[in-house]
Amino acid sequence: MTENLKPENNDQVLEFVQWAVTQKMPLDVRGQGTKLGMGRPVEADHILDLSGLSEITDYQPSELFVTANAGTPMKDIYAALDQQNQQLMFEPPDYGPLLGSAVDQGTLGGLVACNLAGPRRIKAGSARDNCIGFHAVSGRGEMFKSGGKVVKNVTGFDLSKLMTGSYGTLAVMTEATLKVLPSPENTRTVLVRWAKDGDADQLNNQAMTEALVSTNEVSSAAHLPAKIAARSAVAYLNSAGSAVTALRVEGPAPSTAYRCAALKELLSKFGDVEELHTKNSKILWKEIADVSYLAANQERAVWRISVPPTEGAHVVQRILESAEADVMYDWGGGLVWLQIDEVDQASKNLIRGSVAQVGGHATLVRASKQLRQSAIVFQPLDPYMTGITKRVKNGFDPEGILNPGRMYKGI
Amino acid sequence: MLMPKPDEGTIAKRDEIIRAMQSIVSDEGVITDKEELRAYDCDGLMAYKQVPLIVVLPESTAEVSKVLKYCFENDVKIVPRGSGTGLSGGALPLADGITLGLGKFNKVLDTDFENRCVVTQPGVTNLAITHAVQHKGFYYAPDPSSQIACSIGGNIAENSGGVHSLKYGLTTNNVMGVEMVLMSGEVIRLGGKHLDSQGYDLLGVITGSEGLLGVITEVTVRILTAPETAKAVLLGFDTSEQAGDCVAAVISAGIIPGGMEMMDTFAIQAAEEFVNAGYPLDVEALLIIELDGPEVEVEYLIGQVNKIAKDTGAVHVKISQSEEERLTFWSGRKAAFPAVGRLSPDYICMDGTIPRGKLSEVLREMNKLSKKYDLRVANVFHAGDGNLHPLILFDANNPGEFERAENFGSDILRLCVSVGGVLTGEHGVGIEKRDLMGEMFTEDDMKQQQRLKCAFDPNQLLNPGKVYPTLHRCAELGRMHVHKGGVKFPDLPRF
Repeated sequence: MTENLKPENNDQVLEFVQWAVTQKMPLDVRGQGTKLGMGRPVEADHILDLSGLSEITDYQPSELFVTANAGTPMKDIYAALDQQNQQLMFEPPDYGPLLGSAVDQGTLGGLVACNLAGPRRIKAGSARDNCIGFHAVSGRGEMFKSGGKVVKNVTGFDLSKLMTGSYGTLAVMTEATLKVLPSPENTRTVLVRWAKDGDADQLNNQAMTEALVSTNEVSSAAHLPAKIAARSAVAYLNSAGSAVTALRVEGPAPSTAYRCAALKELLSKFGDVEELHTKNSKILWKEIADVSYLAANQERAVWRISVPPTEGAHVVQRILESAEADVMYDWGGGLVWLQIDEVDQASKNLIRGSVAQVGGHATLVRASKQLRQSAIVFQPLDPYMTGITKRVKNGFDPEGILNPGRMYKGI
Repeated sequence: MLMPKPDEGTIAKRDEIIRAMQSIVSDEGVITDKEELRAYDCDGLMAYKQVPLIVVLPESTAEVSKVLKYCFENDVKIVPRGSGTGLSGGALPLADGITLGLGKFNKVLDTDFENRCVVTQPGVTNLAITHAVQHKGFYYAPDPSSQIACSIGGNIAENSGGVHSLKYGLTTNNVMGVEMVLMSGEVIRLGGKHLDSQGYDLLGVITGSEGLLGVITEVTVRILTAPETAKAVLLGFDTSEQAGDCVAAVISAGIIPGGMEMMDTFAIQAAEEFVNAGYPLDVEALLIIELDGPEVEVEYLIGQVNKIAKDTGAVHVKISQSEEERLTFWSGRKAAFPAVGRLSPDYICMDGTIPRGKLSEVLREMNKLSKKYDLRVANVFHAGDGNLHPLILFDANNPGEFERAENFGSDILRLCVSVGGVLTGEHGVGIEKRDLMGEMFTEDDMKQQQRLKCAFDPNQLLNPGKVYPTLHRCAELGRMHVHKGGVKFPDLPRF
């Protein structure tokens, strides 16, 4: 029988985990469960539901950090930051609709556990760069902490990094501290509208790269083929009828105006250039962050591919030679999102093979439960990496009671 | 400072170990001569010295792998070493251990401007990376003050910071990948030219692990385009409270300067006497705020900072009018350590981080401690991120004074922790702060960290005696303790 264990405070988390340890009873650790579609399904008898731990415990705007319980809804954190005109620089995406659930759901713990990041990843890092401390209960039934509330800290191993992206398989996080920064005063986006889609496929990397290696401090660079651009809510894009490359600059108003003009001049050789101001920019970059364009057609699988930026388009080209897919690029070409009809052995081999050639990893982000159970969701590890991964897991959770199998079978 | 007792058995096997090493690396790559070994007897923390058993200087990943495998199979300890500039004793040798120098790994392998990264061997210096890419307008952002000498491998081991880390992050935010050798001799690759590694973020824990988890043999770092321009503002305040307020107000206004440094009266005077940087001598606190970026942005922000400075009571404001003047402003700050050093036979440099808002409180307490220990202290800070570097002046020739200075330093770090800060911001724990770890961490906190080490180094052969005050055997750390919890809790909520 599956039971839902819902602790109301840290001591109860400790007690539940200690009980699970002695009973060797696997736990499915979750916040609101909005990202259960990511990773493999957990094989556990009980749910440890952290959504009852939902308080912002320490927010000090002048010290540029926010500390909250793991089950705190992200929308509560955004509301608190908004009041102080601050934000999380790594721009956490909302994959709710992409994964088939509602918008504005999800908790701090889930965000950290999945190491998410939006388009500003290339400048501001991901969750792992912004989580500076945490408290947790290990799979040994012991409370421990690492890091702190100051950014500059090299005291002991940086376990915050290890916890970030571990999908709850190492310890049950009860509290985390994230860096915050003041929101930029102004945002502008330069759009390049390509005359021919074919050119765009070949040259979008070149356009993004030229922008990124210029001195214009581009904070995000994405490319949307014509079919994808047509799905945007921003008129400039949905009426473009062509592929669009988007470059974002943020900062004080005089600076963004200057950099925007410089970028337009630099990129005009690739196509028509337009610019979006703060309001439309915000809509566009949220769509890109949330991968809204690929939310429809839930029965189709979605892959997330991270490769060296100049290789993104090449990898896609190789895949499209033998499969039909909807594609969009973020992170200057280094992040490729791919929606594809079927996930069979051939398409998996095709995608993982293409990625392996250039270095990087491909993750099956959306697929049926059966498929995620049988398929390897994350990029497979080599034998040495498998060994060290197992040993790390064993150090934190020797009985294998925390989210077993969520990342890799048997880990 | 107590180090683990050297193993007599290993020392007795010295000749055998030397022969084994000579069969792996070139002859001149094994240093056994007592006089030559003396060159390796300490790192930047020069108060502690120990001649290593031998020094081995491998030239390839394969050689590192063979050396570690031999040590793993024969129970020989290893101390990895880059340029030996670390300030916390992380590369202090062991009498029964091999010091593994990575100095021969000195080549930049690939400068990839389009993907904005550099692949390099770990012995290359921090500044050499910038030198390799600056002709195309790029640089490597983290800039520890030892950047001319310190190696990028050492930077990763220590997660080094620098003046620019406020805006551009620490080493950990700028490393994209490594190749490393595990104690067993296995070679793994983490990350690369792409972002985020698959699986657990081992790259994140390797960075700042102080040579306790493995030996790095190749590094991929992110490079940035150099800012179009940079300007600095020199600000003097009557009180450190006002300077602290100014720092807070700049940050609150959404301005993240390229650098924001603070000096106290003693440091100002010492630096001014040494380099004539034009610092005001009648102030209690000096701030140097540097803005970088497109010229139009820098001009705009200088105006904002100027206004904030006046609002918070700056009595001295000077904006650099030329690149030469900007560098002059910095010359005093950069020479602060030697400048203070001139005034005293010896000094130790501390390194703690505090919440920005506690700056003046901590300064006041530090002055009380200075009276208590009857030792002078000068202060330079990375004010933007609350990273303090108190310099404690003493004379080692006076009996007991070094110990007094060390105790003073320990009290400063305890003070940092008590106001919500941490023991070390960028220098690392090493041996220097090892015995203070309990101020910040519980036994369970430290045991969990050490279990991570066991996953990499089950026999605790890599840099033992550093960072953690107590060496637990991995078998002991791995044992499960049965807690209470035999019964299911009828009164706990479940839905």
